[in-house]
Amino acid sequence: MDEFILIFRHEDGGKVASPEQIQVWMKQTMDWIGGIAAQNKFTSGTGLPFDDARVVWHNNVVTNGPFGAIKETIGGFIIVKADSVEEAVEFAKGSPVLQGAGNSVEVRKIARTQSTQ
Amino acid sequence: MHQQPLIPNLFRTEFTKITAVLCKLFGIAQLQVAEDIASDTFLAALETWPYRGVPENPVAWLYAVAKNKAASHIARSKAFTVKVAPGLQKAMQRDDGIHIDLTEKNITDSQLQMLFAVCHPAIPTEAQVGLALRVLCGFGIDEIATAFLTNKETINKRLFRAKEKLRDEKVDIEFPREAEIPKRIGGVLITLYLLYSEGYYSESHDEVLREDLCLEAMRLTYLLLGNETTNLPAVNALLALMCFQSSRFKARKTNPSGLVFYDDQNETLWDATLVEKGARYLRKASQGNALTKYHIEANIAYWYTVKADTPDKWENILQLHNHLLQVEYSPIAALNRTYALAKANSKHAAIIEAEKLQLNTNAFYYALLGYLYTGIDTAKAKMGFENAIALAKTQADKLALRQKLEGL
Repeated sequence: MDEFILIFRHEDGGKVASPEQIQVWMKQTMDWIGGIAAQNKFTSGTGLPFDDARVVWHNNVVTNGPFGAIKETIGGFIIVKADSVEEAVEFAKGSPVLQGAGNSVEVRKIARTQSTQ
Repeated sequence: MHQQPLIPNLFRTEFTKITAVLCKLFGIAQLQVAEDIASDTFLAALETWPYRGVPENPVAWLYAVAKNKAASHIARSKAFTVKVAPGLQKAMQRDDGIHIDLTEKNITDSQLQMLFAVCHPAIPTEAQVGLALRVLCGFGIDEIATAFLTNKETINKRLFRAKEKLRDEKVDIEFPREAEIPKRIGGVLITLYLLYSEGYYSESHDEVLREDLCLEAMRLTYLLLGNETTNLPAVNALLALMCFQSSRFKARKTNPSGLVFYDDQNETLWDATLVEKGARYLRKASQGNALTKYHIEANIAYWYTVKADTPDKWENILQLHNHLLQVEYSPIAALNRTYALAKANSKHAAIIEAEKLQLNTNAFYYALLGYLYTGIDTAKAKMGFENAIALAKTQADKLALRQKLEGL
């Protein structure tokens, strides 16, 4: 079984939503992750708050990030266990992030540690 | 002849105390000797009490005999003297030779230290539970075999190997240093948790035995709370969980044919005192930042003690399960989560999630499918309950499921 990271990309991360809307998203996200965990396919994950975010550029130029220059922001990620990328994609399809038209979930396989055997 | 009634479980309780104290004194390698002396003590009681009556203070009588037997064992056994006596020197008293301290304080300390010894990382978890049942709870080999749904030989072998391991690893019967406790307490809590679960969920028919198992697990957990260094949030959370679960013991048993499903339980039979105790331990568990699976499970168990079927209750139970499953997956948590999903969101949503679980060898999985499809797709509901009946391990479960099937 492989591990895949599902990276949530928001088109406009700075958009302010109502508390009610945020609460709905929150529940949807928790239920979505709970559903993956209930299949024993959840490894880890976290949201990425925008507070204290910085981007370090070439020549060590530091900007408050990740807004401004970057159109897309990463809102968080989870790592799941799956037999194939197709299975991981099926998990991704359930993500509430995808309710936003410009948002996406990027599915990437985690490189396996080299076996010594 | 006046016959005094015996205190229930007197032998079982005293067996563990005497064994722990003697073992502490002799060292873990002599666990068998300690057990033998404890057993001999009860044999002596059996030989005496039926004819002369139960002594006024049975416990004191037992301790006096145990002390004598221990002292004469030490005197008798040459090998013992050579191997163990050097270590005993400091315990020796000038006037009466050997001092065997059976005061309450020393008993508690010895049992606590024994608990850490038994839950030593070198011993497989399953053997830890067995060993705890034997030396800390005083269960007979027969009873342990019944609880584990296996035979005496298997248990004997398992305990023998565990004792050998304790000897080989030279495990000390001592309280871990304070710095060690965070590392060791996890193993102890797992064993106590399993001990409790063995009683609460066991497929064994012996109801009395099962309840005893739960009570013993609670007693040992309580013992940890009595000591300052082990009175930790996780331990409080575990005891809270046990209190909440135990509060439903009576309500689960009202159906003579088998267990009573949660929805059908009569909440007036729930034990309010235990719920209150659980709440108190849960509050203490919330001090500090530690959030263990015991915290989450205790919170879930708390919400189950709220009978009112409010959306708030099921939403809480659902989210706690979502969290619990991220911390630690288990099939039972996955099933309970899906049940909560049906209650909090909808049966339709839960069916989609349930079909993904594919716990195809689990009777409760099919029982859940049967429940979810009830009122939606009778053919599938029927299939669920039928599969569940085929996989159910006890007659009681089969009967309870058959009632559900017939109710469709």
